[in-house]
Amino acid sequence: MALTNETIKDRLIAKFGEQLSHFEEPYGLLTFEAPRDLNLKVMQFLFDDQELRFQFLTDLTAVHYPDQQGRELAVVYHLHNLTDNIRLRFKVFTPSEKPDVFTATQLYSSANWMERETYDFYGVNFVGHPNLKRILNVDEMEYFPMRKEFPLEDQTRIDKDDAMFGR
Amino acid sequence: MARPVRFNIHPIQADIKDNISLANMPEGYTGEGFFASRLSDVVGLARKNSIWPMPFATSCCGIEFMAVMASHYDLARFGAERLAFSPRQCDLLMVMGTIAKKMGPIVKQVYLQMAEPRWVLAMGACASSGGIFDTYSVLQGIDQVIPVDVYVPGCPPRPEAVIDGFMRIQDLVGQESVRRRNSEQYKGLLQSYGIQ
Repeated sequence: MALTNETIKDRLIAKFGEQLSHFEEPYGLLTFEAPRDLNLKVMQFLFDDQELRFQFLTDLTAVHYPDQQGRELAVVYHLHNLTDNIRLRFKVFTPSEKPDVFTATQLYSSANWMERETYDFYGVNFVGHPNLKRILNVDEMEYFPMRKEFPLEDQTRIDKDDAMFGR
Repeated sequence: MARPVRFNIHPIQADIKDNISLANMPEGYTGEGFFASRLSDVVGLARKNSIWPMPFATSCCGIEFMAVMASHYDLARFGAERLAFSPRQCDLLMVMGTIAKKMGPIVKQVYLQMAEPRWVLAMGACASSGGIFDTYSVLQGIDQVIPVDVYVPGCPPRPEAVIDGFMRIQDLVGQESVRRRNSEQYKGLLQSYGIQ
């Protein structure tokens, strides 16, 4: 019997109950939200379960929602079951004052560089990561450029007149 | 109607003088069996017609530069026949394309490895000013890390523009005083980039 979104959802609710919320299926992709402290437990369950077998981490990134007080940063995990070719996505939210999220590197080796990238651009502190330092930007950079409070443009320039650029 | 086929039945005989461009003699006194001129003019004449460029191509300007080097535009006509891929042998650093901030130290390293006298040509909007990439990750012009002699604008510049920029480099090379690199002004310029 092929694995369906319904089955996955039922198994997750049976295991974690009310703690998982916001179940959606945009474009057929099962999506839900988990509490921040539970991200590893959810992933471990999805990884180990004989039926679910989500053993491939496709993507890991973050989203910044500056308007959501206390849950500004969302860390998004995309998991893939290669056997049944089915994907799911789940998010954990964290406040930007203390953006601590447990690292997934023990479970998925590919999370290493993706967490470094997420740290590089959003400043999410992955607790337990073996080598959490910048990966793409210059080491001297002092801020997290994809957070919305920082302007996209390079701030070192003095020769650009804002009015000429529609700002 | 089909175009008639044309045959080149009256070819012009090749004349070797058409294929060699002779440089003008520098100013000086000439007499029977001697010619006296300034050393800097002679050195400049020799240097400007045998510039070895070091291509530092990172993106689309590099593709345009390939056209400059190829037979249509043929930078070899200007004595820049020999592209060297070791900076230690080169006179002219041609930076072509977007230089990300992470690439900045590498451009500087290549510049430092070149022996004096050395010149720098920034080709295209990105190398000159960051271009459209007004963003946190891109160096806003290579003149933030190394001194630049000639900027060639364009996105990317036409090969003619590159040749024009190259000829301006030739003018600079030809007119440079032998002592310029020892001057206080030049040392101050390098000092401002943190280069000894």
